[in-house]
Amino acid sequence: MNWLRRTWLLILTHVGALLPLALLIWNSFHDELTANPIQYITFRTGKTALVLLVLALACTPLNTVFGFRQVVGLRKSFGLYAFLYATLHFLTFVGLDYQFDPELLKEAIFKKRYALVGFAAFLTLLPLAVTSTKGWMRRLGKNWKRLHRLIYLAALLAIVHFVWLVKSDIREPLAYGAVVVTLLGLRLKTIRRTLVNLREKFASRRRGSDREAVKKLTEAAVTRNSCLPSDRPPFSKGGTSAG
Amino acid sequence: MNKIRTSEITPESVYLSRRRFMETVGALAGSALLPSGLLAADGYDELRKELTPLKAITSYNNFYEFSTKKDEVAPLSQQFQSSPWSVKVGGHVSKPATFDIDDLRKRFPQEERIYRLRCVEGWSMVIPWMGFPLASLLKIVEPTPKAKYLRFETLHDRKQMPGQKSGWYPWPYVEGLRMDEAMNDLAILATGLYGNPMPPQNGAPIRLVVPWKYGFKSIKSIVKIDLVGSQPTSLWMQSAPNEYGFYANVNPAVDHPRWSQASERRIGEFFRRKTLPFNGYADQVAHLYARMDLRRDF
Repeated sequence: MNWLRRTWLLILTHVGALLPLALLIWNSFHDELTANPIQYITFRTGKTALVLLVLALACTPLNTVFGFRQVVGLRKSFGLYAFLYATLHFLTFVGLDYQFDPELLKEAIFKKRYALVGFAAFLTLLPLAVTSTKGWMRRLGKNWKRLHRLIYLAALLAIVHFVWLVKSDIREPLAYGAVVVTLLGLRLKTIRRTLVNLREKFASRRRGSDREAVKKLTEAAVTRNSCLPSDRPPFSKGGTSAG
Repeated sequence: MNKIRTSEITPESVYLSRRRFMETVGALAGSALLPSGLLAADGYDELRKELTPLKAITSYNNFYEFSTKKDEVAPLSQQFQSSPWSVKVGGHVSKPATFDIDDLRKRFPQEERIYRLRCVEGWSMVIPWMGFPLASLLKIVEPTPKAKYLRFETLHDRKQMPGQKSGWYPWPYVEGLRMDEAMNDLAILATGLYGNPMPPQNGAPIRLVVPWKYGFKSIKSIVKIDLVGSQPTSLWMQSAPNEYGFYANVNPAVDHPRWSQASERRIGEFFRRKTLPFNGYADQVAHLYARMDLRRDF
């Protein structure tokens, strides 16, 4: 049971990340991929890749700003699953949609700005996926972290890809864009510090009022029973264990 | 594979051959809808074999008045009231008139036209429409010399068409044709498909079909046709002027920022096809644009 308590979040991540793929396979066996299945698969895998990329980006600020330490261990899984879906997305486009036809692909990728930035996003993710192992982490040392900052670029490229892809109504891609920009902003030192300070202030105020309440109750008890030595404070200074 | 058969181009004789069609919708054989003369012809053409299945035609729809998601249009449009319905024809005409949809169906012999439909998004279908030439309607209202263009309008009814609640698009949907385009025999007002009345998701009860132009030109659920002196601005021209022009002729040589116009996927097929100029109807319509630079007037 201890093992489950430690890993349930990771299990949830794996299940949650594989679910969209399972659903897609289920739908394909039940003829539920619309009349234009290839395009539908392209859309679905692309959207899933973006969501997972956003989740991967959310892990660090969730830890540093909000104190959810457990999610740091999920970051790599989210990133790799995002890459998995991006690969499926890319392969569907070049393989299923364009049957690897070099002439058609040349036009479809290099003459369409949305496709070009999408392709760039995929190429950016590629080295990150390759170097995600412990071995590469060791080999690259300090540079590993530097290299993996490329995920910020990949996310921004993915957003631009989405914005340029939609017909006219860009509200949905802009919503994703706002989330990505927020998650990147939370990494900036000044923003992070301000938010952490704010959080601590709130936390200590809450702790403070708790302490106050406990103190009152104890005083009441002391006056009633008079069994505690009056020269000793009921709780030690700082008293976080009091609550 | 990519080469289009001449038989696909639907000359008049082609849509007269309907044996295979009668096999498909045999129930219709006795119906007064079809003039008996059409039933006698035997044999069937190649295009007939390649008809897009009814299920695909009625479940994969671009109809933003209901939803921007193609598979959501059909379920959202089933309660749509397309009867009673009237189409108001006015503007520069000698005899403006409001036509009841049933009168239109009775007044003009309904013929079947099998057309390719090429969407600007890079997919296409082959659809057996029922309808009548737009030209026959125009003859009745008698356009005056001032009439240079036609301006079509879709129903604007936010209660029935939930997509119109979105403030993103300048409703109602508007489309236009130049007078000579409208008079071309290929341009029809369609009131049905596969021998049945038009399903709501395909533009019930009456829509335009101009097969040599991208699908969005073929405006659905028409309530108003005005003959006007200057080029009307369509909804798409207004929403994204750099992407959609007035003419919107299918043209593999004119690029679109997003979708390949050089090739297309026919719904139900795996391999892409080369897109043909004017969607394969160049013989019938290319002369309309003889003096124009179609790269500029896209």
